[in-house]
Amino acid sequence: MNTFITAAGVALIGLMLLVLIRAIKGPTVIDRLVAINVIGTKSIVLLLFAGILFGQLEMFVDIALGYGLLNYIVSIAASRYYQHRKSLEPEHSPGGSPVS
Amino acid sequence: MGFLGYILISTGLVFFLGTTIGLLRFPDFYTRMHAAGKGDTLSTVMILLGCICLVSMSWLLALKILLIINFIFIGSPTATHAMMDAGNKAGATPWRKDSK
Repeated sequence: MNTFITAAGVALIGLMLLVLIRAIKGPTVIDRLVAINVIGTKSIVLLLFAGILFGQLEMFVDIALGYGLLNYIVSIAASRYYQHRKSLEPEHSPGGSPVS
Repeated sequence: MGFLGYILISTGLVFFLGTTIGLLRFPDFYTRMHAAGKGDTLSTVMILLGCICLVSMSWLLALKILLIINFIFIGSPTATHAMMDAGNKAGATPWRKDSK
């Protein structure tokens, strides 16, 4: 069982690194935000895998729960911010017209 | 019970592979959001259910993991909806068939 969990965790880390490519080169800010949200959700699963492998699931479940709440709050707060700014360009861009 | 856990974790990894490919290859912010919102939620729920089936744990621990599943099942689509609304308000142009 531990071998399977380790293999699943390594596969999960590889796929998360592929998602990180989108977070680095995403054209707009919202693309990066989506990629970071996916990575944060998968980190919960990775924390549970670490808890199973270390044999201390009681501790890691609480950490995973806190991490999930924090990830949700970050996503909501950042999306509310960009909803009120009505622009995806940086602050010092000339004009500030909404360009994708 | 353990067999069901292996099947659930493997299926969740397949769904996350679909999420990653969609997030990397779709042409538009809205379509990327479509891939990320659905596949991420479903794969996380499946992998966590697989963890419950695979590992022998106490009832309180299983209840905590079910709490994480419940939170993700409600919170992740809400965060996706908020980010979609932020992108729409900020003026991200949708992809069309004749654009580039």
